[in-house]
Amino acid sequence: MQRRVVFPNRVLPYVLLAPQLAVTVVFFLWPAGQAMFMSLLQQDPFGLRVTFVGLANFRAVLADPDYVAAFWRTVYFSLAVTALAMVPALVLAVMADRVLRAAAFYKTALIVPYAIAPAVAGVLWLFMFNPAIGSLAWVLKQLGVAWNPVLDGTHAMLLVILAAAWKQVAYNFVFFLAGLQAIPRTLLEAAAIDGAGEMRKFWTIVFPLLSPTTFFLLVVNVVYAFFDTFGVIHAVTGGGPAKATEILVYKVYYDGVHALNLGSSSAQSVILMAIVIALTMIQFRYIERRVHY
Amino acid sequence: MAQAADLAAPAPLARARAIAAADWLPHAILWVGIAIVAFPIYLTLVASTLTPQEIAQAPMPLLPGGEAWHNYRTALLEGATMRLSPPVLVMMANSLVMALGITFGKIAVSILSAYAVVFFRFPLRMVFFWMIFITLMLPVEVRIVPTYAVVSGLGMINTYSGLVVPLIASATATLLFRQFFLTIPDEYVEAAKIDGASPMRFFWDVVLPLSRTNIAALFVILFIYGWNQYLWPLLMATDKNLDTIVIGIKKMIGTGDALTEWHLVMATTVLAMLPPALVVVLMQRWFVKGLIETEK
Repeated sequence: MQRRVVFPNRVLPYVLLAPQLAVTVVFFLWPAGQAMFMSLLQQDPFGLRVTFVGLANFRAVLADPDYVAAFWRTVYFSLAVTALAMVPALVLAVMADRVLRAAAFYKTALIVPYAIAPAVAGVLWLFMFNPAIGSLAWVLKQLGVAWNPVLDGTHAMLLVILAAAWKQVAYNFVFFLAGLQAIPRTLLEAAAIDGAGEMRKFWTIVFPLLSPTTFFLLVVNVVYAFFDTFGVIHAVTGGGPAKATEILVYKVYYDGVHALNLGSSSAQSVILMAIVIALTMIQFRYIERRVHY
Repeated sequence: MAQAADLAAPAPLARARAIAAADWLPHAILWVGIAIVAFPIYLTLVASTLTPQEIAQAPMPLLPGGEAWHNYRTALLEGATMRLSPPVLVMMANSLVMALGITFGKIAVSILSAYAVVFFRFPLRMVFFWMIFITLMLPVEVRIVPTYAVVSGLGMINTYSGLVVPLIASATATLLFRQFFLTIPDEYVEAAKIDGASPMRFFWDVVLPLSRTNIAALFVILFIYGWNQYLWPLLMATDKNLDTIVIGIKKMIGTGDALTEWHLVMATTVLAMLPPALVVVLMQRWFVKGLIETEK
């Protein structure tokens, strides 16, 4: 899309674009290019010599059982977070759309967690489930569960999934509610006159009309779980115990910053880039389709 | 007559009952949802008012204690001394500088570039537009090591500019402004040209005032984004006097062992949640708009 009437200046637009382009080139494009370039190189153990190794780093990463395990762990983690963040949000949005009294209060109360940093959300849950002092850990102990996320990988995974999903419910709630409010009331009234019950109205009218929102949120939540949950993992478990909560972003951070394995870390970066690009393209394809609905 | 009334009576009654049930159920479900959402926050609030001993005895009390003043004062002015953390007041100042720097930086940089892309026609216009667009696909997480190298090469490690400047390029804000600028009627531009107004004058007197609600919406989203940054300050600021509050909390917990001063950690956690939560609650209308518009 273009404007018909524009200003004739020749230099001014470049001046206006300069700050954004400078930041983009220096801190985004150049480092991304570097990551791609470094993924083709290998450093000797003393960091003295680099050699061009082609795709060897990628082959090594993809053949590494740790990496493959981290990949499947990330898939599992993302699906769990997405489901746990979306289903309750949909239920709550449907309810909030229906009530008249106190509607503003409910909305505000449910939106607030959006403001909480993922790492801070992690700390809240870490505190509740701290095996020594946590209130909910105490409840679990009374129920006879040997709860210990510091030692038990499954418990740790459960904890980061809950914390990550809890924070994201607010985001999904906002979008589901906006989607619900965009559904024409006349459709629902027509269905009511035809004698459709609440459940039937939901599954035959509301849910299909909501599907663009649902699909959009599906992609956004997967992106969130893949990338933005770094803070939760870093603050709550540090990827442990014994790598039980090490997802791909955490691994690329750890291998690059702590293990200083640049070749492998760069190859992992490039793989992650491919994943982001794929997810972004899916998201933008969908936006074109939303126009028709 | 009586018969008619008998026939009519059950229907309204059943409907009234159905409406009552339909009215009662959503409220109940919403309250359960709010309870789940609010419980972790409530527990944190309570813990921030207790003594370390009260917290350490499992289960801790579920009603506020009397240590609020002491805990918040200690956290704000001294920090968690056992972990040698800086006072939380310093951390909050760092977070505020970072959040506001990112917010205003992003808005300024992206409104100017969107203005250039929409209101001018010049060679390489679309190339530049796509260069900005691509940044959407390059989050910090996928270029950690080389970005660190660039920032360190520029001598920006452990500086406020290192925390802020690399994050102020924003494809989403540029796209939002572009979308909005395309809706400004051509007549405005023509009128400005006839009156002999320069493009910058048109920007200040027409475009900027018209963009007010979009700027307010972006402010809410970007302030939260900036305040809640984690990976970036973790990489860029190794000097603890530059710790943001979110990073500071993580350092105060350490490995979560007996050294952790939970009463101070919880007070700090409340302080970390407060500013962004206030922004969301007080600017809720713009927040919802911003959230939905930036994703288009």
